[in-house]
Amino acid sequence: MKTYTFTEKKDTRSGFGAGMAELGRSNPDVVALCADLVASLKLDAFIKENPERFVQCGIAEANMIGVAAGLTLSGLIPYATTFANFGSSRVYDQIRQVVAYSNKNVKICVSHAGLTLGEDGATHQILEDIGMMKSLPGMTVINPCDFNQTKAATIAIADYEGPVYLRFGRPVVPNFTPADQVFEIGKAILLNEGADVSIIATGHLVWQALEAGKMLAEQGVDAEIINIHTIKPLDKEAILKSVRKTGCVVTAEEHQMNGGLGDSVAQLLSLNHPAPLEMVAVNDSFGESGTPEQLMEKYGLTAASIVAKVLSVIQRKK
Amino acid sequence: MKTDELTNVASQVRRDIVRMVHGVASGHPGGSLGCTDLLVSLYFQTMRLKKDDQDSVVFDMSGTDEDMFFLSNGHISPVLYSVLARRGYFPVSELSTFRKLDSRLQGHPATAEHLPGIRMASGSLGQGLSVAAGAAHGKKIRKDKHIVYCLMGDGEQQEGQIWEAAAFIPHRKLDNLIAIIDFNGQQIDGPTDVVLNNRDLGAKYEAFGWIVLHMDGNNTEEVVATLATAKQKSGHGVPVCIIMKTEMGQGVDFMMHTHKWHGTAPNNEQLSAALAQLDETLGDY
Repeated sequence: MKTYTFTEKKDTRSGFGAGMAELGRSNPDVVALCADLVASLKLDAFIKENPERFVQCGIAEANMIGVAAGLTLSGLIPYATTFANFGSSRVYDQIRQVVAYSNKNVKICVSHAGLTLGEDGATHQILEDIGMMKSLPGMTVINPCDFNQTKAATIAIADYEGPVYLRFGRPVVPNFTPADQVFEIGKAILLNEGADVSIIATGHLVWQALEAGKMLAEQGVDAEIINIHTIKPLDKEAILKSVRKTGCVVTAEEHQMNGGLGDSVAQLLSLNHPAPLEMVAVNDSFGESGTPEQLMEKYGLTAASIVAKVLSVIQRKK
Repeated sequence: MKTDELTNVASQVRRDIVRMVHGVASGHPGGSLGCTDLLVSLYFQTMRLKKDDQDSVVFDMSGTDEDMFFLSNGHISPVLYSVLARRGYFPVSELSTFRKLDSRLQGHPATAEHLPGIRMASGSLGQGLSVAAGAAHGKKIRKDKHIVYCLMGDGEQQEGQIWEAAAFIPHRKLDNLIAIIDFNGQQIDGPTDVVLNNRDLGAKYEAFGWIVLHMDGNNTEEVVATLATAKQKSGHGVPVCIIMKTEMGQGVDFMMHTHKWHGTAPNNEQLSAALAQLDETLGDY
């Protein structure tokens, strides 16, 4: 098992803020929009240096999506930002009509995705957004794993022409990917080569997958671990190549089982290379209040859960 | 263009509308007929449009260095399609494909089909004013002095998003945006006052910080003059909203004074009766 280390824990949303600050200096077409959550989105540096390219929309997310779509016509690159719940489910029809169907170059960038907003509870968490967004034709869906990768993704999507949904979180997580790693949309990252099982993880669960890999190695299980930062378009070749080798899969994500990464992988395998699959995800439930750590534990989004699913799925191999 | 020339175009556009809707036995003739004089005035008189060296209009998605129009109430697509074709954005003969399979003229306007003149999909109501606000904001950032026009329905004012945009636009001083509300008093389920009363729309927009003008949307001379006034008032820090009184079904007597032709196509006899009231001025497609 390859060893991964980190020097500090950081929040992925700060990676977004750092990416925006850099874009503010490097790309004069980038415009930031926000719906009364500037500090939460870490936009302070961008706004301070580029006040003329910041649009405060107030608590009016539907209007923000429309304004973002209109801004693209001048060749500007709007980054519409808010909490993931209010940037997806609350404005799904707006995104559908004036962003996806109209094929506008809007970047919807949302923080506090998943369960780990924590104490605020289910109204401010969202576990359905990947499913909603990936079902929109033409929408790219990205869910990076740490500070460095979120920063790199934030910068990379400015050069991609088309609608993007970029989700990240609030809690601090190990920052382990190289700061200079190039972010390629739709290109999976192989973190560890292994022979016994493919662990396919996204977002905050990628680090948990690495932790699980270490625990499995101690038990003699050789896990292949893949970081899927782009859920759509899915890197089908990388996943199929891995599963053809290992013969079984565990997916891991901070999202509903329905509609998430696991669903995408299940569809891919069913159509191309049926193999035993188990999912680490939230099973048809809303979240609740609690610390991020408590919630990850209660809803089974941990390295230990991944290990348990791996041991189970390996038994199902023929 | 002189007023009688504009009314000639409008008469042909109204013939196009009833023929298009009849041709596919679906669509929304009532609101289309009511807004014909406005769209003809905008595209043939008021708006500054991009042209090539032969003086023909040319379309690009960006709308840079020209005025832009957004149709928020996308169901009145027949009037927009006819006016765009008659203005030269695409062949008039293409109007016969309206709402048919593989057509660029979708039931509600779509950019996915690449029809020149359409910059944003609309149909799900309440979103056009936000889009127009973004387009106007983009022009401000790019220091482009042209104007963005947005037409909405009065029933559409029931959508909450309208009021998000109505607050946003004066707050951001988007004085390069002219909003127009088609006040025909009718929606699918009946008179707007009965379905969900909008009360005094003009007072509401004024309270949000807009300059509000009123006009008879079926009097071409008044439409042209009011649009000119609106342009004069633009550029001084405050956006302009025009409440436009129209008659749904204007120009076809049996389609007027009722909501029944909001989304109903005429049969063969009704088409003949309608066309008998509308002069063919530019040649049918």
